[in-house]
Amino acid sequence: MSFEVNGQTFAQAPRAGQCLRTFLRELGHFGVKKGCDAGDCGACTVLLDGEPVHSCLIPAFRAEGRNLTTIEGLGGDHGGHPMQQAFLDAQGFQCGFCTAGMILTCASLNQAQRTDLGAALKGNICRCTGYGAIEDALLGRTNVETSVEAGAAFGRSLPAPAGPDIVRGTARYTFDTAIDGLLHVKLVRSPHAHARIVAIDKSDALRVPGVHAVLTHEDAPSVLISTARHEKDWMDPEDTRILDDVVRFIGQRVAAIVAETEAAAEEACRRIKVEYEVLPALIDPEQAMVPGAPVIHPDRTTANRIADAQRNLAAETHGEFGDVAAALATSAVTFEGTFHSHRVQHAALETHGGLAWLDASGVLNVRTSTQVPFLTRRALADIFELPMDKVRVVCERVGGGFGGKQEMFVEDILALAALKTGGPVKLEFTREEQFIATSTRHPMRVHIKAGADADGKLTALQLDVLSNTGAYGNHAGPVMFHSLSESIAVYNCPNKRVDGFAVYTNTVPAGAFRGYGLPQTQIAVEAAIDELARQLGISPYEMRRRNIVRDGDPMLSPPPSEFHDVVYGSYGLDQCLDLVERAMQADGPQPELSPEWLIGDGIALTMIDSAPPAGHLADAMIALNEDGGFDLTVGTAEFGNGTSTVHRQIAATTLATTVDRIRLHQSDTAHGGHDTGAYGSAGTFVAGKATHAASMQLATELKAAAAGAWLCDVQACVLEDNAVVSGVRRMPFTELVKLARERGQPFASSGNSEGTPRSVGFNVQGFRVAVNKGTGELRILRSVQAADAGIVANPMQCRGQVEGGVAQALGAALYEEMVIDANGSVTNPKFRDYHLPSFADVPRTEVYFADTSDTIGPLGAKSMSESPYNPVAAALGNAIADATGIRFTAPPFKPDRLFPALHDRFGS
Amino acid sequence: MDLNTITAVAHPQTRTQLPVWRAGDAWLAGGTWLFSEPQTHLARLIDLTDLKWPALTVTESHVSIAATCTIAELDGLACPPDWLAAPLINQCCRALLASFKIWKTATVGGNLCMSLPAGPMISLTSALDGVCTIWKAGGGEQKVPVLDFVTGNQRNRLTPGDLLRQIDIPIAALRRRTAFRQISLAPVGRSAALLIGSLDIDGSLTLTVTASTVRPIQLSFRKVPDASALRAALMQQITDDLYHTDIHGQPLWRKHMTLRLAEGIRSELLGAMPP
Repeated sequence: MSFEVNGQTFAQAPRAGQCLRTFLRELGHFGVKKGCDAGDCGACTVLLDGEPVHSCLIPAFRAEGRNLTTIEGLGGDHGGHPMQQAFLDAQGFQCGFCTAGMILTCASLNQAQRTDLGAALKGNICRCTGYGAIEDALLGRTNVETSVEAGAAFGRSLPAPAGPDIVRGTARYTFDTAIDGLLHVKLVRSPHAHARIVAIDKSDALRVPGVHAVLTHEDAPSVLISTARHEKDWMDPEDTRILDDVVRFIGQRVAAIVAETEAAAEEACRRIKVEYEVLPALIDPEQAMVPGAPVIHPDRTTANRIADAQRNLAAETHGEFGDVAAALATSAVTFEGTFHSHRVQHAALETHGGLAWLDASGVLNVRTSTQVPFLTRRALADIFELPMDKVRVVCERVGGGFGGKQEMFVEDILALAALKTGGPVKLEFTREEQFIATSTRHPMRVHIKAGADADGKLTALQLDVLSNTGAYGNHAGPVMFHSLSESIAVYNCPNKRVDGFAVYTNTVPAGAFRGYGLPQTQIAVEAAIDELARQLGISPYEMRRRNIVRDGDPMLSPPPSEFHDVVYGSYGLDQCLDLVERAMQADGPQPELSPEWLIGDGIALTMIDSAPPAGHLADAMIALNEDGGFDLTVGTAEFGNGTSTVHRQIAATTLATTVDRIRLHQSDTAHGGHDTGAYGSAGTFVAGKATHAASMQLATELKAAAAGAWLCDVQACVLEDNAVVSGVRRMPFTELVKLARERGQPFASSGNSEGTPRSVGFNVQGFRVAVNKGTGELRILRSVQAADAGIVANPMQCRGQVEGGVAQALGAALYEEMVIDANGSVTNPKFRDYHLPSFADVPRTEVYFADTSDTIGPLGAKSMSESPYNPVAAALGNAIADATGIRFTAPPFKPDRLFPALHDRFGS
Repeated sequence: MDLNTITAVAHPQTRTQLPVWRAGDAWLAGGTWLFSEPQTHLARLIDLTDLKWPALTVTESHVSIAATCTIAELDGLACPPDWLAAPLINQCCRALLASFKIWKTATVGGNLCMSLPAGPMISLTSALDGVCTIWKAGGGEQKVPVLDFVTGNQRNRLTPGDLLRQIDIPIAALRRRTAFRQISLAPVGRSAALLIGSLDIDGSLTLTVTASTVRPIQLSFRKVPDASALRAALMQQITDDLYHTDIHGQPLWRKHMTLRLAEGIRSELLGAMPP
């Protein structure tokens, strides 16, 4: 057999049932990615005889004798393909995991297809960008600025440093490395929602040729952990074992098979015999606290940081100030409603997974797809009782996170397998495993009561939240607390009350997901504000202006927080409201719609603390290197959030140089220091501050050295264009390199940030929608978002975060829905049945920025990656209510969900 | 995805070379569904490629579509101007959930054999009076109208070892004027209702309902009915239990969309009638 790939001939033969995707990767073409492995996402697109195909669906043997082109070969021998350059110019990517397939597909489109991109690109999913930048690439638009003078990088739309590698398919993600002698791990998973494991018979499994180990709860440390990773372990309950003898959801891991091939590991999974004693299961969160309900963690107590294990309560909170009941009784207008937020998933295109091995010096190395390498190292050291310096966790580029990788879902098993077998080992989740056995957003039932006086001033706000954390309490408490915090703290109101319960059920655990609880409560709060305004005849904008906190107002939500470090580093909510109102009123294209289409506007706002509470740490180191540039080392990970770009901008600006002279090293615990991780939108606000501090310190040292050489006052020295300058004297950084050599000590500095005090960011979303009263179909006629991100570090990237956040939230608001049946099983664990927004589903969003400068964030910047998601479903619900007169309270707002009420009201 | 339990692939070139069917066998046409899900019960694939069935054969009376004809090949069929139904082909190809990249691999036969309610090749070939030819496992052939071939959600008339050979479309059906309506929960999502009406020269109307129902259902009217008669016929002939339910659409909505789309088709074809 012979295969032509990118003009090169390969003589290897594929296995009988092997697909082209894995075959090409085995031949070293790592640009061919796995997003779904089922033909739905297009990440594995390659050209077969010049035509794009999904390589995961093509039997490898069928490619024999045919010409194959992967992303690595698209450009040929003479530089890049024009489409690769177009994606660079427009920066048509964020995490970049879909990019190879996207470029190969786009490069194949004919003119007719280019006029109907919704249809042409329905086989390519991008989870990050919201498709705006991809459309820009196809239209030949340039979004990046390339020539930016030294010291002026901050605030400019500089391109992501990984861009050239991403468009060429050479950026290395978790599995894009070849390791000899790799063993494969596959997990045996529970078929029962709740069961005790009585016995496991490994013998048949161990007899499968190539199987090295079958690991069960008897082989794993029995220590209790949480899969959630936080700087402070006390934030999450200890309720999880690496491998447990009780399973609490369908899909929970029961055993790990380590084998020489995936096929052998899978076969062993089928042969292992597990005897279960099935226990009563609790699926419905409404039943969790009912007396007599099955108890999911009966042996746990508050010592395990579980609020009330006997009532299935992972966490709870209650608080009130003023007197809500009395205020409601005397309010001019009131609103009461119950809202249900459903179960949705991050769907990062790179699934969870990693590689682990023990190196010659006995260090356990874990290369993984994570947002939190340092916290994962700490957890592994704790669990396996290893010294911290004997564990290294590293990630290169991560293919999307969205909070889903602020967890430890694979690294513990990888470590166990590597330690037991000597490794190296690999565990790569399938898309189905992502759905059934990682984490989701917390489904919530939110009951709200609200009142206002005749002037539209809020008199009372009350939230009662029931959050379903699933079988384990990872993030249960913090998500619930967060959901009840900024959502109501953004409004001045003398009487507020909250009651929150996060309950266990025998379902797939919920965890951290962009917005972290706020989208679920925001939909209720923002609906209530609109409903009160409607009753009073006040516009939604005006109603909010009368009630929002203004700079300096206390931001209050009961019970009183133990953290008092949130301040107005800047304030731009008023501007955001103005920007959205102006944009929504501006003239735009008027689509021709039949009278069946009902048109309405809706807005919603959101406030978010710029970092998580209780400390978020980051170290950064920067050193002048031999060529007069700088080596910058940070711990924070890059998964499409764009922080790699921003860190270089911060350093280049502070050191009066250009970003190309800042060499970035990141997300590797072997580099030293600590970094809590890239979550809570901390990559710029917290870690960027550390980079800024390190760069400032280094700038001071460089100036001091020059001043010392010149025997002048350091105060007279400034940095300018890659040099220290004092009057007419100029010492280029390359000179300082010599000075360092002479003194025998390089110029290097470090900086850190502790994530406190924190500031607040704001977003306002506006939608104009048309709803077809005969079908329930919904069209978005206008989408506007204004964001208060302080000084915007990189306008192009920040716009991308907003566009991507809107798109991801629209997916949840309109289409996505994980369905769990009465037995606790996820019935739609694939993209074909879990509709992620495709190009056709996402409108262009007009993005506006408030003009503010933050006193706390680095160089005036605030965080802006989670919050664009938060107001979207709420604004959409308000727009639908405005259009139809019907208040829908449970997304997704799909046609078949909207139809019954529309039919009742309008007939057929 | 890799099908790791597969140990052998047979490549028969003629019907006589087809291996004796055994448990663990699967026909491999395009493979776009087969390779999209775990198939741990399978050990051998029988590749139909080397049978080299001509994708499309046009005779005076029929268009024969080989089961292995790809969606792209069908979409590329050059249709003479008097085939008024020609636009249906592209309309149904576009109704496929999968993108154009899959069209080059996925087959018409595969779409029928999957027998999903939303299979648009089922919609197309049943609306055009297609007849399936099945190579029976024990030898011989069987002819079954597409309407009867699909018996329910992912259920059909094939028994183990049976092989769908081709679908024959009468040219007469292609000469009928047609109207197409489709709706799904998302702009390019899976069809939740896909209806095709066709008007014969004698004025009779045939309405084929797919996607919203668990199997294709055809209603015939000697002349184009009025709105209420159409509605009454649909209400009577498609009982509530025939409406499909899954994540791609709730049955109540599918039912109302069926009524609505049918009325759209009725009006369109009424407008197309000679006065």
